[in-house]
Amino acid sequence: MSTIDARTEVLDTLLYLDGVTVSFDGFRALNGLSLYAAAGELRAVIGPNGAGKTTMMDVITGKTKPDAGEVFFNGGIDLRQLDEARIATLGIGRKFQKPTVFENHTVWDNLELALAGHRSVFQSLRFRLSGEQKDRIEATLGTIGLEALRGRQAGSLSHGQKQWLEIGMLLIQDPALLLIDEPVAGMTDSETEQTAVLIKQIAQSHTVIVVEHDMSFVRSLECRVTVLHEGRTIAEGSMQTVQEDPRVIEVYLGR
Amino acid sequence: MQTKRPSFQFFAFGTDGTIFLLILTAAAIAVPVLNLAVGAHSPVHVPTWLMSLLGKYLCFALLAVSVDLIWGYCGILSLGHGAFFALGGYAMGMHLMRQIGERGVYGHPVLPDFMVFLNWKQLPWYWYGFDNFAFAVLMVAVVPGLLALVFGWFAFRSRVTGVYLSIITQALTFALMLAFFRNDMGFGGNNGLTDFKDILGFDIQANETRAGLFVSSAVALGVGFLVCRMIIDSRFGKVLIGIRDAESRTRFLGYRVEFYKLFVFVVSAVLAGIAGALYVPQVGIINPSEFAPANSIEIVIWVAVGGRGTLFGAALGAVLVNYLKTYFTGALPEAWLYMLGALFIGVTLFLPKGIVGSITDFPWRRKPKKGDTEQMTTTTVGGTE
Ligand SMILES: Nc1ncnc2c1ncn2[C@@H]1O[C@H](COP(=O)(O)OP(=O)(O)OP(=O)(O)O)[C@@H](O)[C@H]1O
Ligand SMILES: [Mg+2]
Repeated sequence: MSTIDARTEVLDTLLYLDGVTVSFDGFRALNGLSLYAAAGELRAVIGPNGAGKTTMMDVITGKTKPDAGEVFFNGGIDLRQLDEARIATLGIGRKFQKPTVFENHTVWDNLELALAGHRSVFQSLRFRLSGEQKDRIEATLGTIGLEALRGRQAGSLSHGQKQWLEIGMLLIQDPALLLIDEPVAGMTDSETEQTAVLIKQIAQSHTVIVVEHDMSFVRSLECRVTVLHEGRTIAEGSMQTVQEDPRVIEVYLGR
Repeated sequence: MQTKRPSFQFFAFGTDGTIFLLILTAAAIAVPVLNLAVGAHSPVHVPTWLMSLLGKYLCFALLAVSVDLIWGYCGILSLGHGAFFALGGYAMGMHLMRQIGERGVYGHPVLPDFMVFLNWKQLPWYWYGFDNFAFAVLMVAVVPGLLALVFGWFAFRSRVTGVYLSIITQALTFALMLAFFRNDMGFGGNNGLTDFKDILGFDIQANETRAGLFVSSAVALGVGFLVCRMIIDSRFGKVLIGIRDAESRTRFLGYRVEFYKLFVFVVSAVLAGIAGALYVPQVGIINPSEFAPANSIEIVIWVAVGGRGTLFGAALGAVLVNYLKTYFTGALPEAWLYMLGALFIGVTLFLPKGIVGSITDFPWRRKPKKGDTEQMTTTTVGGTE
């Protein structure tokens, strides 16, 4: 029964999570979490430490299998059945909470490896970069503002530059959905502002879910906000509405 | 400004690789010539025992390259590669045993001596076909490759990594050692396979045959090196390094990490098997001690000493450490194991990138990075003011 319901509801929804529960040794990191993201939407997810934000991304990307609940993508695709690599090739890109780039590769090679397609062993043994793909890398370098650093080892980039590179690695795959976990953690104020501009720009042509603690950053995204607490959604709406919600105030001030 | 070289180009193995191949070619020509064409009285004559010793080093070098491919570039620390080496060696040994024919002590036309001795009446099925050289050569690659495929399939699919993987590879080689020690396995028990007479119709003791084996080892090392180099220079190689440095990032980009590991693990096992097959006729024996877990650990030490993740560094490390081993086991036999341990600790502490890695890191070879230039500018500015 629920599958049918889900399918009808899912139609204009790109991502559909319903009643998702994840337990680690009895502790419920996610406790009946529901979240629906419409195609083309930019969504911010906030919540105190341990609220389950990263775990939610783990569930969507196939790293963690939920104990209960439904996870559908792009209509009827049941993400619970698929592994990380398959989900990635379906068009869900993920930036980790801790910036993770290939430190021993150049900025250019990082983007090249992220290019869509050519994922199988034998394809990659014979792969050559086409002119079109080079243009794509160039364009992405422009978007993330790292043109001048293309030849640099990613390991020698600053923290903020690594975050941008990782976002660029998602972007170059042109995914339908981008999950961005704490993009501005550890960034300077000006880097944070640039990142907000970058994410809004990306959101014009992609569905984006951003997890972040930095409230002024979230406010500057000017988008719908979902508040998680103890593994479930406690409020949803504009930043303004959410901030006035008594439960949200309690969660944030009660700590 | 980004000038990318095509990823699968031949002759794109860099300066260091070119030097390595030139040295190897020179050795492959000079050593046999100095053995065969230069008289024994001449000071530059290379005696046959020395040529075979060098040939043995080349086999070890290929083995080290195979380990470096997976450890240096993909982070798979196999402590069981001696098993693939030994299996290749056994496959070749089985062929050489069957070549003995009626010249064995018991003169049996088909059964090797040890089977006659054990009162066996017929050849076990898995010895069939080994009288054919081409079949034996095929098995040299297929047996280690297949074992690596099956073992790797289970290990990589269940995402066994790091120290756990190292431990189960040790267990693998240990289990094989115990199995091959048993007489009823049909591989000659603890004596192994020995007393070989000829290979491809040539007397295995003859200088010319020895020279041929030496050249074959050099060619195998050169080709093995090129194969690894081509893999590493392709996009596949970049993915490998990605897996080594950030496995989950690679996975979340959509790469099936387990298949990449499996492919490179099988290639590596086949190279190790080929090394073992060339080793056996040059030393004249293969026995279960080749499976000893300590042997596999020693291989990793060669790679670490030479320089992990450089390929030719691994080859250099293998030759160097084995030269030291030959020297010290002759001069101070009790001291060798302590020396080996000290060498490993010393390299880990003082040359973490091994000999080659440390040389390539030398200031005069390093291209200035951004940090360096900045520092230099500051100094100049400070100096002029
Ligand atoms: N693999 C795991 N095993 C056990 N507990 C886990 C595991 N992963 C997460 N948790 C727990 O689940 C809870 C939710 O963690 P999660 O990382 O999703 O929080 P978060 O909202 O991302 O927090 P933060 O803002 O600190 O990143 C935490 O209490 C965490 O300790
Ligand atoms: Mg988190």
